[in-house]
Amino acid sequence: MNLLRLLAVFVRVNVLGEVAYRVNFFIELFQSLLELGTALAGLAVVFNCTDSLAGWGPDEMLGLVGVYYLVGGIISLMIRPAMTDLIDAVRHGTLDFTLVKPADAQLLVSIRRINIWKVTDVVLGAGVLGTALLRLGTRVGWGHAALFVLMLACGAVIVYGFWLILASLSFWLVRMENILEIFQSMYEAGRWPVTLYPRWLRFAMTFIVPVAFAVTVPAQALTRHADARTLAGAALLAVGMAAASRLVWRLGLRHYSGASA
Amino acid sequence: MSYYVEYYLQQLKTVTAFMLQYRAALGIWMIGHVLEPLVYLIVWSAVATGGGRTGGFTPRTFAAYFIAAMLVNHITYTWIMWEHEYRVRDGTFSFALLRPVHPIHSDISDNLASKVVTFPIILFAAAVLAVIFHPDLHPPLWAVALFFPAAVMAFLLRFLVEWTVAQTAFWTTRTEAVNQMYFMLLLFLSGQIAPLELFPAPIRVLAAALPFRWMISFPVELLMGRLTPSAALAGLSIQAAWFGAVLLLLRVVWRAGIKIYSAVGA
Repeated sequence: MNLLRLLAVFVRVNVLGEVAYRVNFFIELFQSLLELGTALAGLAVVFNCTDSLAGWGPDEMLGLVGVYYLVGGIISLMIRPAMTDLIDAVRHGTLDFTLVKPADAQLLVSIRRINIWKVTDVVLGAGVLGTALLRLGTRVGWGHAALFVLMLACGAVIVYGFWLILASLSFWLVRMENILEIFQSMYEAGRWPVTLYPRWLRFAMTFIVPVAFAVTVPAQALTRHADARTLAGAALLAVGMAAASRLVWRLGLRHYSGASA
Repeated sequence: MSYYVEYYLQQLKTVTAFMLQYRAALGIWMIGHVLEPLVYLIVWSAVATGGGRTGGFTPRTFAAYFIAAMLVNHITYTWIMWEHEYRVRDGTFSFALLRPVHPIHSDISDNLASKVVTFPIILFAAAVLAVIFHPDLHPPLWAVALFFPAAVMAFLLRFLVEWTVAQTAFWTTRTEAVNQMYFMLLLFLSGQIAPLELFPAPIRVLAAALPFRWMISFPVELLMGRLTPSAALAGLSIQAAWFGAVLLLLRVVWRAGIKIYSAVGA
């Protein structure tokens, strides 16, 4: 309950901070639409030349693009701004102010900063996904839908844990922004199913940067490409990531020496 | 003339040293430059393997195409649109205006200096990709010879075009939307996302009528051996014509922009 109340407060603060700049909303919306248009036009070019891309039909690929925008939207809505702020706070020593507050510090740093305009990406992604589902029609049952939501949640936890671990490394290392940028450019490769990639690249995108679990696996769960082993693996990894990131965060906090100023 | 040569050499020396300080940031640019063509290479190879309609392209010719496109994109890319927006908003552009040389010259030498640093890396990446994907590339000798002037012209043309687009920063300090529209057109019409031959006819015509094909795709097509000698020569003259036209446009836009510039941040 505490979590929901805190979340509501932070959402309100962030909304109040941003509504003064309403033009930003239209620019963000325009840019999101352009980006989505680029992705869809890219699909159109590919499916102009073929009917199936390594077993993925056009509607299934549309679903994948929807998931890509949905998850990417969640990352840039909440995870990325919070983690960038955390790295800044560690460097400048302003994390002190968070640590003295009477709530769990990991929770506070994770929900304090929200880039609200990125809601557009989440909404657009959900819209594309809905369109794909309508076109796939009866081929998606309730069971698959539930599995999809579960896999989406697992993907979000895995990505969150991954970013928290990287951001926590800033307790030891000074320059971490660059590594976060690498994640961002690798994430773009998730717009296509990782099953397409040669084994070495698939491995990198599954275990070094967990793009596969964030995008491909949820989309597979929805379109029935997924086998039980992948699904169980994703669930296990989500639990593992949540625990590991918590551990790294606590170790980092112990190492934190306070205001550098 | 010798004044400019000296200017460029000095500028190259300073900026190369400067760039070497930011190896990490350059490295991240490089990941994007390699990953994007790599992804399209894999996607199109899968289309060819799956029996798609690829107009004679096999996985190995796709590999050659996208590796060549990666190199030409790297030779021609600029970051001037972000840089110009930043320095106009920040007001630091005022210092560039005080110098007795047109600011475009320091921008060109900045660009060349960064490529002195990064080109060996992208060549290495191309070699690694070649080992993995076995590109099928047999250009005739004359095409290889013409590739070099075509690539240089492509660089000059793309630089002028992007420098001109960057001038929108004088009118609005929110140029991201303009930049993004430009890059969307570039991605499709310069053959980065797929060889232009695979597009429907109207888009092919559009790509050839606009400067985009001549900024990346043309040198690549040349290297792939997909052009006749007369088409190659015609392409070189179209590049030259576009270069002249954009140069004129640049002068007009620059004169109008510089009058409006008010050094926002200073």
